[in-house]
Amino acid sequence: MIDWLGPEEWQAVRLSLKVSATAVAASLPLGLLCALALAKGRFPGRQLLNGLVHLPLILPPVVTGYLLLIAFSRQGPLGSLLEPLGVSFAFRWTGAALAAAIMAFPLMVRPMRLAFEAVDPGLEAAAATLGASRLRVFATVTLPLALPGVVAGAILAFAKAMGEFGATITFVSNIPGETRTIPTAIYAFLQMPGGEGAALRLVAVSIALAMGALLASEWLSRRIARRVAA
Amino acid sequence: MIAIHVKKRLGAFDLDAEFEALPGVTALFGRSGSGKTSVINAVAGLLRPDAGRIEVDGAVLYDRAARVDVPVHRRRVGYVFQDARLFPHMSVEKNLAYGGRHDRDRVIAMLGLEGLLERRPAALSGGERQRVAIGRALMSDPRILLMDEPLSALDAARKAEILPWLERLRDEAGLPILYVSHAASEVARLATTVVVMEAGRVLRAGAVAEVLSDPAAVGMIGAQEAGAVVRARIAGLDRIDGLTELALSGGRIVLPGRLGGIGTHLRLRISAQDVILAREKPQGLSALNILPAEVTALDEGPEGVAVGLLCGSDRLLARVTRRSARALRLEPGQGVWAIVKASAVAPDDVGGAV
Repeated sequence: MIDWLGPEEWQAVRLSLKVSATAVAASLPLGLLCALALAKGRFPGRQLLNGLVHLPLILPPVVTGYLLLIAFSRQGPLGSLLEPLGVSFAFRWTGAALAAAIMAFPLMVRPMRLAFEAVDPGLEAAAATLGASRLRVFATVTLPLALPGVVAGAILAFAKAMGEFGATITFVSNIPGETRTIPTAIYAFLQMPGGEGAALRLVAVSIALAMGALLASEWLSRRIARRVAA
Repeated sequence: MIAIHVKKRLGAFDLDAEFEALPGVTALFGRSGSGKTSVINAVAGLLRPDAGRIEVDGAVLYDRAARVDVPVHRRRVGYVFQDARLFPHMSVEKNLAYGGRHDRDRVIAMLGLEGLLERRPAALSGGERQRVAIGRALMSDPRILLMDEPLSALDAARKAEILPWLERLRDEAGLPILYVSHAASEVARLATTVVVMEAGRVLRAGAVAEVLSDPAAVGMIGAQEAGAVVRARIAGLDRIDGLTELALSGGRIVLPGRLGGIGTHLRLRISAQDVILAREKPQGLSALNILPAEVTALDEGPEGVAVGLLCGSDRLLARVTRRSARALRLEPGQGVWAIVKASAVAPDDVGGAV
């Protein structure tokens, strides 16, 4: 595989995996929290939160990317706040991860939310009568029973992050070795005379990774579902 | 001591129930929709009342006036739900230990759970599931046990399997139990105190023998379900005819089947519709059980007349038509003969030692 892919292509694959894994890992806690709040919470502003979570799904990616650029550029309201702390997103791979996380967020939250909604509140009530605090009920009953959905959400988000293009290229551009992920690399190769070969190889990698993720998700959720139900 | 006063408005339904209960089993009895489950949910903290006060064994769990509302997980209530609610992703052993390991070995032995520990809830029968649910509640070291129709999801055979466990629980655990039921036979068999509920109100509360034998309560309990509870001692066994002779305070009756060893004390429910009344001592009757009794009270309802009887120190209940009541000229103080049909006592209605 290493021989088969050129160094530039290999770099894009590695970067894509790193960006997507970081995006999923970093957004997972917030995703769980949002899914739980939307599934079980009854609070004012619930519909607003629901809208915010789903916004990246509906907005043109270029709009999301541009808003991120405005917010996180060196002079931007958030970028200027973070700069003294040594945290920078603009034109960095971390920015690509941020863009991917935001674009994948709705896909992550939705299956998790459905899974949390499907957990029988009667079981949670039973756990509470047995002396379990809300945190313990969540950790020992709600989360294990919703695990297939949580895993499905994480894998879906990972797959989406791997394919993110519009917001990434708008926000952090297309810098080889820093922000050139598989999709932006394919785009760059297609702009180059004689780049079709490299583009096609990355397309093949994309398909393989997508299929792999899908199969892994199926296998994992079936395994967990068996463990939970049997 | 349990003192409960719960007020709650749920849509069009208005719950306002108040009662006190002694140690032992307190049955909340009534039709579905009468508010029984809401009351125990309020005790568990799963339903927040609009007003009232809930005290269990000196601990105030809820008091609107004093702004006390102990959260569910600190109330130490053992709740046995109608549908068991075992955690499907845990083994029986883990389910049992979820709330603690109080008295673990004794609970497991008492409920016969030794052989089930490794299994998953999905691999259990309905009766086994309820036994595990009861064990799980007990091992959390509760100050009160709440049971919401724990037998209603089970068929007759499974019910018969669980009832003896519940009797052992009542007699051995020494724990106050609030038991929701709409089956008079269960109430008669298990309860010490009965609280009759209807449309969110407590109609009647008192000792089980007293309430179930009160003619005025027949309307609340339902004519088909009404029947008195008496204590009896096994006085003799007829092996050839397969009969058991029982001594009541006012005489002896004979029931089919072997109900236990000689000297055993039983709790017996005698359904009101299985008691026939006569002015003269009947002769040449196939029924073997003829007891002298005195009419204590009469209550006329739409479906006939409920007659309260005193037989020795036991209270019985009979149901006759209005015409029979007139023909027999029944009135309080009147001496009569009560004829109990020998086959009238179903196995479900014979409980173990009290």
